[in-house]
Amino acid sequence: MSAEQVLTRASGESLVEVRDLVKHFPITRGVLFQRKVGAVQAVDGVSFDVKRGETLGIVGETGCGKSTTARLLTRLLEPTSGEVRFDGQEITKLKGARLKAVRREVQMIFQDPYSSLNPRKTVGATIAQPLVIHGLADGKGERKRAVQELMEMVGLNPEHYNRYPHEFSGGQRQRIGVARAVALKPKLLIADEPVSALDVSIQAQVLNLLLDMQRQLGLTLIFIAHDLSVVRHMCDRVAVMYLGRVVELGPGEALYGFPRHPYTGALLSAVPVADPELRTDERNLLSGDVPSPANPPKACRFHTRCPKAQERCSIEDPVLEDKGTGTEAACHFPLEREELAQIGVRSAR
Amino acid sequence: MSAAEPLLRVEDLHVEFPTEDGVVHAVDGVSYEVDRGRTLGIVGESGSGKTVSSLTTLGLTRTQGARVSGRIVFEGKDLVALSEGELRAIRGNDIAMIFQDPLSSLHPFFKVGTQLIEAVRVHQDVSKQAARARAVELLGLVGIPDPGKRVDAYPHEFSGGMRQRAMIAMALANEPKLLIADEPTTALDVTVQAQILQLLQRLQGELGMAIVIITHDLGVVAQTADDIAVMYAGRIVERASTKRLFAGPEHPYTWGLLKSIPSLTGTRKEQLVPISGSPPSLINRPPGCHFHPRCPYSQPEHARIDPRLEPVTDDPSHRVACLLETSLRRRLWAELSDGNTPEQARASVGLPAPQEPVASAADAPGEMPEVGL
Repeated sequence: MSAEQVLTRASGESLVEVRDLVKHFPITRGVLFQRKVGAVQAVDGVSFDVKRGETLGIVGETGCGKSTTARLLTRLLEPTSGEVRFDGQEITKLKGARLKAVRREVQMIFQDPYSSLNPRKTVGATIAQPLVIHGLADGKGERKRAVQELMEMVGLNPEHYNRYPHEFSGGQRQRIGVARAVALKPKLLIADEPVSALDVSIQAQVLNLLLDMQRQLGLTLIFIAHDLSVVRHMCDRVAVMYLGRVVELGPGEALYGFPRHPYTGALLSAVPVADPELRTDERNLLSGDVPSPANPPKACRFHTRCPKAQERCSIEDPVLEDKGTGTEAACHFPLEREELAQIGVRSAR
Repeated sequence: MSAAEPLLRVEDLHVEFPTEDGVVHAVDGVSYEVDRGRTLGIVGESGSGKTVSSLTTLGLTRTQGARVSGRIVFEGKDLVALSEGELRAIRGNDIAMIFQDPLSSLHPFFKVGTQLIEAVRVHQDVSKQAARARAVELLGLVGIPDPGKRVDAYPHEFSGGMRQRAMIAMALANEPKLLIADEPTTALDVTVQAQILQLLQRLQGELGMAIVIITHDLGVVAQTADDIAVMYAGRIVERASTKRLFAGPEHPYTWGLLKSIPSLTGTRKEQLVPISGSPPSLINRPPGCHFHPRCPYSQPEHARIDPRLEPVTDDPSHRVACLLETSLRRRLWAELSDGNTPEQARASVGLPAPQEPVASAADAPGEMPEVGL
C-alpha cells in the first residue's frame, strides 16, 4: 500500500461501512448427507457506518444479532453476503497477510472475563500474545516492558505480570482483556457486552477505563450491550437491532429523547429506572417473546408484537429512513411525540 | 400472635460455612422484618450474603454444612429450630421461592404440568385430575397462552420468559404467604423483565402475599419494593423505605452504588463514580467497618470500630451502619448529589483523606492502584 493510498483512506469520514450484511446459519438434518432444512437468520441485511473516533452502540435483546454482527466485523465469522469496508478496504474476502493486517487494526473485548482468558497462561503472556503474533516488541526485555506499560495503563499492578487469571477478580480480568485488546494500538475496538458479567460497583470502573482508553488512543469504539442506560452513557450514536435487522439508528440524544420505532419505545419504557418517583404502573409492555430467528415474521419483523401494527406492516417491509427527528427508523407508522408519555417513555432531555 | 407481629422476622442471623481455607462468614448478624402484603428488596453485589440469607430462611443451607445461629420467626415459629420434616411442610406451601435461572430450576425430564401437579399434591390432598386442573389454572394465571395445551410441554419447549412464568406458577401453587424471589429477572431480556415484574406485582395484589425480592439491580427495587435493605460483606449496611433510600441515602456504599449506575434520564455527560477496589473475601474480612478499605471517607478509627446498624436521628425507620456523623453524612451526600466527586465532597466538608490507600481490597491480588477514574 503506497503512502498516497494511506492518505486518501485516512481522510474518509467513516472508518467502518457496513452494507447489506447477511449471516444465515444453516439448520441441517441427517448425519451422512446433511440436507439444509432452514436457516437461522441471525443478521439479515444490516447497514451502518461508524465514523472515526465515535462510539457506536448496538442494543437489542437476546438473539437480535448484535454479537453476530460484531463477529462478522472482526471476521471471526464469514458473512453469507454483504460488504464490510474497513478504512476504505473491503474485508469480507481478504485472506492471509492482508487479513492479518486488518486484524491488527480491529480488536475485540468479550463479555465473560472468566472464559475469555486462558487459565494456563500468565497475564503477561496473555497480554503479550498479540505482540508476538504480529512480530512486535522483539526481544524478551522489550516485550516485558511493553506489557508492563499496558498493565499500568489499564490500572493493573505491573508486578503481577507472572500471575494467572484465577488470581484476579472479575473486574481486574476485564482490565486484562482491555490491555490485550489495546496492545496493538488498534483503530477499532469492539466491546461485546464488556460489563454485563460484572458487579454494579465494578461496571463503572470498566466503563470509565474504556472511555479513558478511547481518549488516550483515539479509538473508534463499537459498544454492544443490552443495558440501555449503559449504552446511552457510552455512545454517540446508537443502533437498535431486532431479529437481525437495524430498526432504528441515530444520535443518542435523539434516539432516547424521541424514539420513533415502537420497539425502541418499548425497550425504553421497559427499563426499570432507579428512581421510585418515576414508578409507572401503566407501562406499554410488549406481550410475548421475541420470535425465533429461524422463522421470523414476514415483512416488518416486529409486527407480531407491535402495538401500532396495521395490515400494511405484514405485507410491506419498511426500510430504514430518516423520520425528520434526528433518527432513521424502519417503520410505517412511527411513534408520535404525544404517544411517548402514553407508553411510559420517560424521555430524557 | 399480635396484629403488629410481622409475617417474617429475621433476628441476628449468622450463617457460616467451614471450608478448607477458613470459615466463610456468609451472613453476619442480619435482622429484618417483612409485613404481610409488603415487598422487601434486598440489594447487594455477588458475595454480599443476600442469597444465603434467603436460602437459610427455607432451610436450604442445612445440607451444605452451614452453621446457623439467630432466629427466623415466621408466623410465630422459629424456622431455625424446626426439624427437616416440619420445615418441609412450610417450604413450597407457606413460603415459596423462585430462582434466577429458570432453565436449571425446572427438571428437564418431566413435563411442566407434571412438575406443577407434584408441587400441588405434595401439600394438598387432592386427586390427580384436580391437581391437573389447578396446574392449568396456574399457568393461565401467570399469563401463559393456551395453558390447557402448554401443561403437557417440556421445559425446553418454553422460552426463557415462559419458564420463569412456569416457575412462578409453581411457587404460587399453594398460595404462599411469602414469596422469595432471588434475582427473578436477571437472566431475562428487558421487555420480558418488565412483564415478569408487573406479573409479580399483579399477583401480590390478588393474593396478598409478601415478597422478598433479591437483586443487584437498583432499578428493579426502585420499581417494585416498599422497603430496601442494602447488604455488604454479609451485613445489612442500610435499611429504609424505598422513597427514603433513594431520596436521602445515608451509607457511603449506597452512594457508591447510586453514583456508579448510568442514568437513563439524567444528563449524559455526568461522570460515573465507581467504588474503587472490589468486595472483600468473606473468610478474611477487613477489621472495623468492612467497607472502610473502599470508602473514600474512612478515618483511622474506622479500621478499629465496627459500626452497628442504628436508627438515623430523625427517622427511626431508617437505619444505617456508618461511623460518620449524621450531619457530616448529609453534607457529603448533598455535595455528591450536586455532581461533585467524593474527593471534592470530602474537601468541602473538611474531612481528611483516608490514610491508607483506598481500594486495597482484602482478597485482591495485591492492591489495585488508583486509576485515573
